[in-house]
Formats: sequence, structure tokens, C-alpha cells
Amino acid sequence: MVNSSSEPPLAPGNSALPPAVEAAGLTVVRGPHTVLRGLGFTVPRGQITGLLGPSGCGKSTLMRAIVGTQAKVTGTLNVLGRPAGHPFLRTRIGYVTQAPSVYGDLTIRQNLDYFGSILDPTRPAPARRADTDRVLGEVDLTSHADTLAGNLSGGQRNRVSLAVALLGSPELLVLDEPTVGLDPVLRRDLWNLFHSIAATRGATFLISSHVMDEAERCHRLLLMREGEILADDAPEALRTRTGSGTVEAAFLHLVDEANANSRTKETAR
Amino acid sequence: MTTQPATTGTTASTAGIPVSTLNLSRTTATAGRVLRQLRHDPRTIALLMLIPCLMLVLLRYVFDGSPHTFDNIGASLLGIFPLITMFLVTSIATLRERTSGTLERLLAMPLGKADLIAGYALAFGILAIIQSALATGLAVWFLGLDVTGSPWLLLLVALLDALLGTALGLFVSAFAASEFQAVQFMPAVIFPQLLLCGLFTPRPQMHPVLEAVSDVLPMSYAVDAMNEVLRHTDVTATFVRDVLIVAGCALLVLVLGAATLRRRTA
Repeated sequence: MVNSSSEPPLAPGNSALPPAVEAAGLTVVRGPHTVLRGLGFTVPRGQITGLLGPSGCGKSTLMRAIVGTQAKVTGTLNVLGRPAGHPFLRTRIGYVTQAPSVYGDLTIRQNLDYFGSILDPTRPAPARRADTDRVLGEVDLTSHADTLAGNLSGGQRNRVSLAVALLGSPELLVLDEPTVGLDPVLRRDLWNLFHSIAATRGATFLISSHVMDEAERCHRLLLMREGEILADDAPEALRTRTGSGTVEAAFLHLVDEANANSRTKETAR
Repeated sequence: MTTQPATTGTTASTAGIPVSTLNLSRTTATAGRVLRQLRHDPRTIALLMLIPCLMLVLLRYVFDGSPHTFDNIGASLLGIFPLITMFLVTSIATLRERTSGTLERLLAMPLGKADLIAGYALAFGILAIIQSALATGLAVWFLGLDVTGSPWLLLLVALLDALLGTALGLFVSAFAASEFQAVQFMPAVIFPQLLLCGLFTPRPQMHPVLEAVSDVLPMSYAVDAMNEVLRHTDVTATFVRDVLIVAGCALLVLVLGAATLRRRTA
């Protein structure tokens, strides 16, 4: 674990590095539907960017495109300076899907050991074991390490899935609703963990949520609606710009505005 | 709609690398993981190991009056059991991998498709060896199955059959959206082969059309190889041909199975 600090430390500003995610004209088609419509945005490095919007607005599809598991992606999408889906990125992105993608018939430790050995088989076993112990502690599951994942509660299983994504030292963590179904204490602890990982390792987070109160914990926000980005700003800037007290109010304000715009366009036709 | 040319490298990264080269430690890690999953499911292991043995015992006493028939059918079944059981186990296991999201996670990680498939083949191959060793040992030493050739050759064919079953199961799981469908593929893929493989009636006695069909089904050669071992003391040219055909089919279907694994899905 100490060895991980031997990697080149990231410069505080990281200005020389390309942004974590850079998209232009990003469009995704799924079956007959265009799920993402020409998105353009950047996700800065070393920060926590929240991806917010109602269910079905395209958050998960956008995340899958960034991770490189989404088919029919057109436009430009660069991740850590490479085209999304590049083999170089496979060890550098930690990805948590909405449903916990772990093996229910393995213990938590066995799950982590397996994914760890896929991530870096050349790493000596003691180092891998230390890594497993570290992530177990980070998601607060050390005492359950030898429980079958299938016997855990939904929230616990989500945390196992998160622990898998934290293995190694990913530069970008793409987390699809990681705090769904968790109690307030755990939610707070996880957000603290995200912030400390971002601060100490310079890792970038892209975290989706449809719970607006989590937005306040992000450095930046991408507000999505129906496959388009409504706003890309810091939380306080959003509140000031829309004159709202909360991000939720700001979001509703922007939605109403967008609806009004499309209505005037239709009547003009 | 603006349809710009894809600059994300989507097509290049999926079409450019056909099947990534095998990584030994990732393959063995995957095989170990599959076996560890099974270890938490002792009932499945027991069923896998005991059912072929029980069927052989049953068969032995069904043909109590005609030991020669038991020799013929028993030897054929030693080749058919591993194929059927490994087909079922693999198709369900890989279907679960696809539906639980673990496959997507693995393919977003630096795991090659070949690593995954070889890992499954290795794990189920080991299981098949134990299963076939038990069944063959029981048949030869306790049930009086009269084999002219070496029982080791029976074991070799059984192993290849198991790999063929694993390959078919893996391939078919790509076309099943649920466990219900996956199980239905068993009669669809296995039963015709079972009927045409020469188990019930020698293939030359079938309708010429059916005989021609049986000529291109791999199970026919698996059963043929078993019968060669049954009747000949040494390794015959026919046996070698049969073994190569079964192995070739297993390899071909494994490659087809690899092609159904996609890093990018809709």
C-alpha cells in the first residue's frame, strides 16, 4: 500500500493534463430512441462532478459511454485524454453500475480478490491482499468480509460493488447512484470518503444521483433532462443564477424554463 | 439528426482487436473463481458427480440380461453425460454472468475475452475430468463394462465432450434472455444430436438424409470414438479422426462463443 505513493504525484493544478472527460456532439442511439442528443461538456480532474436528473434522462447511458461499454456512440468523447473505451483506460477507471455487479455466490473477500487479480495479475499477492483490506475498510465492510455477497442486504451489496471500483488506484471513478438505499449515516460516510479520495489521490469522481440534496456535496453539477444537459456549473453558481435557495429549486426552475422555451417554439411554428 | 463520424474509436477498438491474446494468470484466476463459486453450492457439485454414476447403475440393471447392450450404450453414455451436464452448467453460469452485470464489469476491466472463455473451459474441464473419472471407474471396475481399449482413452474423449458441452453452452447463452430459455436450449441443441448420434440405432441404418445430418453433428463422433475404444485394443485411425473432429468442433464453438461477448452493448 505504501508503494502506491511511488506513482508520480499529480500536480496540484493538473492544468497540463487533459480533462477527465471531454465530450462534444456526443450522441447515443438505443434501438429507435436517441438517448443522448449532441452533448458537450467537460469534467475537470480531481473534483467531484454530480450528474443529476430524473430517472430515464440518460444518466446511466452517458456513464456507460464514458466507461466504454455503450454501443452506438457518435461524436467526440475523450476520457483521460484517450477515446472512450481505449484499452489504456481499463485499469484507470473504476465503474459502479446501478445494480451491484458482484458474484452472489462468493464472499466479499473472494469477490475483491478475483477482481483485483483481473485488474493487475502481476501485482504480488501480499500487495493485492492489502488493497482488498483497504477497500473493505473504506466501505466499512471489514467485519462482513467472509459473508457471501448474496446474503447481504441491498445496500451492503452496493458497497461491495463500490469496493471493487476502488481497487487499484483508479484516476476516474464513475459511480451510478452509489448511495441508493443507504441510511443517512452511511451516505454521509461515503460522501466523506469520496471527498477524501479526491483530495488525497487527485482522483476524479462522476457520480449520478436523482436525490437532489446530494448535489450540494459536489464541486460541479451536470443537470440532465431528456438526453440533454440543462446546466453545467458549480452548485452555488446555479443557485445564484436561478435565484433559488436549493439545487432542487434551481433544477425545477431550469426545467420550467426549458419547457417554456420549447412551448414558445412550438407555438411559433 | 446530426450524425457525425464516430471519433470515439468505437469501431476501431472492437473490430480492430479480434480476440485478445491469452493471459495465463487472468485465465487461472477466472477458473479459480468459477470453481470457488461452485464450492459454495455443494448440491450442484453432488448432482454433477453422482447423476452420471446413478444412471450407469440404472442402465446396468436395465440391461441385466444382455451385458453386450450395456457395453455399447454404457460406453456411449460415458461420452454423452459430460457433454449434457457441462452444457447446462455453462449456459446458466454465463447467462447469470451476462444478466448480473458482472460480465459488463469484467469487460470494462483489462480482461480479455479469451481469458474469460479459457477460464470457464478450464474450470469445467477440471470438473468434467473428476465426473468422467468417477463414472468411467464405476462402469469399468464395478459394473463390468467390457472395454477392449484403454480406459484412459475413454477419459480423454469424455474430457473433449465436456469441453464441447462448455463451448456449446457458452455460445447458446448469448441467445437466451432468461434461465427458462437457456434450459430450453438443452432439448433444442442436445436432443437431436442424441437421437442421431448412433446411440439408439447405428447411423448407417438411418434414413440417408438423417445419416447425412448426423455426419455433421459433433456428438456422432464422440460416440463413435467411445465405440472405437470399446472394440479395439490400440488407437485406431478412426479414433484419432473422431477425437480431432470433436476437439476441432469444441474449439470452433468456443471461438464463436467469444464472438458473442461484446465489450459494448446497446
